[in-house]
Order: sequence, then structure tokens, then C-alpha cells
Amino acid sequence: MNRINRRDFLRLAGGSTLAAGVFGFPGLLLANTRKVVVVGGGVGGCTAAKYLRKLDPTLDVTLVEAKSHYTSCFMSNEVLSGDRSIESITFSYADLRDKYGVNVIIDSAVGIDPVAREVRTADGTRLAYDACVVSPGVDFKWEAIDGYDAQVAETIPHAWFAGPQTVTLRNQLLAMPDGGKVVIVAPPNPFKCPPGPYERASQIAMYCKHHKPKSKILILDPKAKFSKAGLFKQGWAQHYGFETDNAMIEWVGKEQGGTVSALDPSSGTVKAEAGDFHGDVVNIIPPQKAGKIAHIADLVDGDWCPVDKRTFESERHPGIYVLGDASSAAKMPKSAYAANSQAKVAVAAILARFAGQEPGEPTYVNTCYSIIAEEHGISVAAVYRLSEDGKVITSIEGSGGLSPMDASAEHRKREVTYAHSWFQNVIDDMMQ
Amino acid sequence: MKKTVRHLLLALLATSSAAQAAGPTAQALAFTCAGCHGTDGSSVGPSSPTIAGMDPDVFTDAMLDYKNEKRSSTIMKRIALGYTDEQIREMGFFFYRQQPRTKPQKTDPELVALGKSLHDSYCEKCHEEGGRPGDAGTLAGQWMPYLEHAMSDYLNDQRRWPRKMERKVKEAVKAEGERAVPALIQYYGSQN
Repeated sequence: MNRINRRDFLRLAGGSTLAAGVFGFPGLLLANTRKVVVVGGGVGGCTAAKYLRKLDPTLDVTLVEAKSHYTSCFMSNEVLSGDRSIESITFSYADLRDKYGVNVIIDSAVGIDPVAREVRTADGTRLAYDACVVSPGVDFKWEAIDGYDAQVAETIPHAWFAGPQTVTLRNQLLAMPDGGKVVIVAPPNPFKCPPGPYERASQIAMYCKHHKPKSKILILDPKAKFSKAGLFKQGWAQHYGFETDNAMIEWVGKEQGGTVSALDPSSGTVKAEAGDFHGDVVNIIPPQKAGKIAHIADLVDGDWCPVDKRTFESERHPGIYVLGDASSAAKMPKSAYAANSQAKVAVAAILARFAGQEPGEPTYVNTCYSIIAEEHGISVAAVYRLSEDGKVITSIEGSGGLSPMDASAEHRKREVTYAHSWFQNVIDDMMQ
Repeated sequence: MKKTVRHLLLALLATSSAAQAAGPTAQALAFTCAGCHGTDGSSVGPSSPTIAGMDPDVFTDAMLDYKNEKRSSTIMKRIALGYTDEQIREMGFFFYRQQPRTKPQKTDPELVALGKSLHDSYCEKCHEEGGRPGDAGTLAGQWMPYLEHAMSDYLNDQRRWPRKMERKVKEAVKAEGERAVPALIQYYGSQN
């Protein structure tokens, strides 16, 4: 029996469904089993659930996620260009359940009681925990842009969560006449996927260049600079006539009046400091804050969740670990790779706590690719350590940074293939 | 036999290196590679090589070459510069201890057969057992797109040839012409 973990035991006891019914009293069977409840089935939550079970198969790990399938935001811009289908970025939680023995509950977490140590779901289930991982991603500050709300977003999509809105936006691009105008409203810092709006403009331009070459893409931006800006601008100049009379992509930053305050949904016109801009297709990416459950569970200070950067344990409620986009993890960006890396730091800290040990020294990595054209990829990377005072996740001197400017065609082409391999490996590492 | 002895020694070293100084554990360091090289170094993305089971010296040499700009790369130099030489060595032992999980790749039987005969004549002496993990880079079951990048780098002087490799590869190309390198790659890709 000692070589058999709980899942195997339940299997032997007559199939997992039946066994779950018969052994519905975990207290009897698993008196000393540590329980971890993971809220949120994105990169952070899935990685944490998988690695908890991988490193300690005796743990009872439950993942609570509202959606039955995961659709990755990374690579979703490629759905807009038509380079890939929405199905190709949609994944089930079956492997987490069947290969790693994670209990997957498809329901919304509606409350966390940090004293009773319990997560409550919408259907009234109460899940007791010894440690809770919260990785809810971002939510929008709808109040920031007059006339834009969750309902309007059904027809004027943000598409900042990949899924139905990604398909809506793709269909709007398909329906747009040649010579049409796409307006993208970029969000202020900090937000999920810093290069995302600019990769999106690139991918839409890639589609238009082949199918609607007279079309224009306007980015309205409340920021004076943006992630990988030099590399994007160089790529746009190379492929899309950036800063020429015939530019397909135009960027209007803070100083040029790119800050948007309102939308008139009926006409598809956005109101920016520089004036009113009409788009045949309008894509608004609103300002962001930590996901809803983080606010409900009192894990935020302002918009984001303060954490101990050595462990990702909440500074507001012990026993709860907040990771991914929702956490304040400066200077790591809000990216998929960062969430994956943070999850492993949190898992190590949780396991150390269960073993009565001090948490080990953390190490973190971020890598992030953007695809500007069919054979033009760029990246940013960083290897991080915890600062001496434990307050900042700081990039190790001399390491990391951007793809070089003026790199060879072969270099840019390889970075596209690495981007695609990155995608497959991140998905695999989090949930397969 | 030589290989068995070497592996026994490495296994000893691998266990003894578990006792380490302050800083992140080898496991913690190695876990950060997974987003590009797969869980425990078994890649499912065809341009990123599987590094599980890799000889620790080959791993260390590769990382130090990236770090010291002796091997061209897109991103690996930027990553390698984030680690001390000692940390790199520890990561090498971590990956050495992992069992590679390879995936089937679509190959052309004719090229595979040619590749096998070329391998036996020119490569087997260093890449033993059809290029299984050993003290030269792992080739068997390795992703073919990665091997294509690697060979193109060698042939375009973007990467240092190890030991006798340049002469051997050029002999193979002399014998079978332009098909030689693709055939070798197809052979290795078929060995999962």
C-alpha cells in the first residue's frame, strides 16, 4: 500500500467516479492528508496544481475554475491573423485530473475564509484547505472608459481573455471592407501581457497585408512608451510601412494625445485627447486590476495583491498564496511565463511549510515572444533573484534583455519557431 | 564499457552534488527552464531541444559557450548570463538525472536508412548507440527542427565543431552529397 498513492487506491477501489462517491468522507480515509485548494485554472493555478502533485503525490489538491476549458491568451493574436484556430489554443483539464490526480471542480470560487481556511464555490460547496493558491488573473476597470462595459464588449470586444471575443474580433476583421480602419485602444500600465496590444496590431496587419492591403490600424495609447517598442517599430517599418505616407500601422502615444476617455458604441467612435477616431473595427483593452475573487477575499491593496516575494504568500492573509497577473510581483511582468515560474516558487514554499522548514532561495525566469510577421519573431527574457532586502524581484545583472535590433532574417525567423515551441512547452508544463 | 564507467562516476557526482551551498536548489533552477524545454527537460516543442538525460559536461559546455559568446543563439546567451558557472553545473546534473520522454516524428524511411548507414560509418564512435544520451550531445529522438538549426549553425561557422566532428560530417557529405545531413537528421528523429 505504501507505494500506491491515493489516486491509485481510488482507482483500485472501483473507478474514480464510483470511488469518489463511496469514499466521500476524506476525513476518514485521509486523516493526515494536507489539502491545497487552487483558485483559477490559468497558467499560475494549473502549474501550481500539477507541480504540487508531481512533487508530493500524497497531497489532496483541488483546482477550482469557472470554465470547463482553458483558452490561452498567448498565441490568441495568431487567431486574429488567421494563422491558427481558436481550437488550437483551447485545452481541457483532463490531464490534470487523470495524469496528476488533481480534483478539478468546474465552478466559480465566490469566497475565501482565511480564518476557517475554506474556499466557497457558487454551488455552495465548501473546500477546506491547509494552503490556498489564488491565481485569478486580471479583471477590468470598466469605469475608466465612458460608454464601455461588459455588455458593450460583446460587440466591441476587448478580446483580452481569449475565447468567444477573440472569435468575434476575428469575424469583424473578416467582414471589414478593404480600406477599413481598425482602432486598438491600449491600456495603461500595469496590465497583462505588456507587448500584447502591439503584437495584436502586428498580427492584424499581417492579415490585412494579404487580404485588405488598403486598411489601416491605429493604436491609441495612454503610455509614452511600450514593451519592446524599438523592435516593434523596426518590424513595422520593415513589413508595414511604419512612419511612411503609406503606413499600415500608426501609433499615437501619450504625448500625441493617445489617451482615450470615452466610446460611442453606436457609431464605433472613441474619444481621445487628440480627437475623435472612428473605427470599422474597434478593440478596446481596458485598464486592469486583480481578478474579482482577489477583491472579494480582501487580498488586494489598491488594484493588486501584495505578496511576500520569496513565497508568494499574501501579505494580507497568511496561508493564501497569490500568483500570476493578480500579484504585485515587481519587477516581473504580468506574463504567462512569469506565472509559471512564480507557481513553482510558491509550490516550493508550500511544501517547505508543510515539512516545517524555512522556504528556500527563490529563482525566477520570464521569457516572452511576439510575432510581428510570418518570419519575424522577437523576444524579451530575464533571469531574476530576490533583492537583498527581500522586497523586489530583481533581474540578475548582465542577463536577460531584448532580441537585438537589426538582427538577421534567420535570427528573426528562428524566434518564430521558438515562440511556437515555447507555446507548446508552456501548455505542456502547466497542464499536460 | 568506457561509457558505463563514466556514467557510474557521473551518478556518484550527481548524488554528492546534492549537498549544496546557499542559493536556489538545482531543482528550483532547472524548473525555470521548463517553459521552453518541457517539464524536467523533455521538450514537446520541436525547435527547443530535449535536454533531459543530457550529459552534464555537454550541458555545461553549451551553457558556458552561450554565456561567453562562443556559440551563437537568439535567446540562450541572455538566459545563460543569469547563472553562475556552479549553478550551471548543478542544473546539468539535474537534467542528467531525468529520463527523456521523446515523441514520434514523421520520417522518410529511405532517408532514415541512409542516415543509419552514415551514422554507423561516421558518427557512432562518439555518438554511441545511435546517439543515445552519452558524453556527446544526445541525438536519438531529438527534435528534427532543432537538429536542422544545429547543423546549419555548424556548417555556417556559427558554432564550434567539437573534436573530430567537422571532418566526419564533411566526409559524410563528400560520400553522399547534400542528402547526407538531412538523412542523418531523419535517422536521429526516427529513434525515439
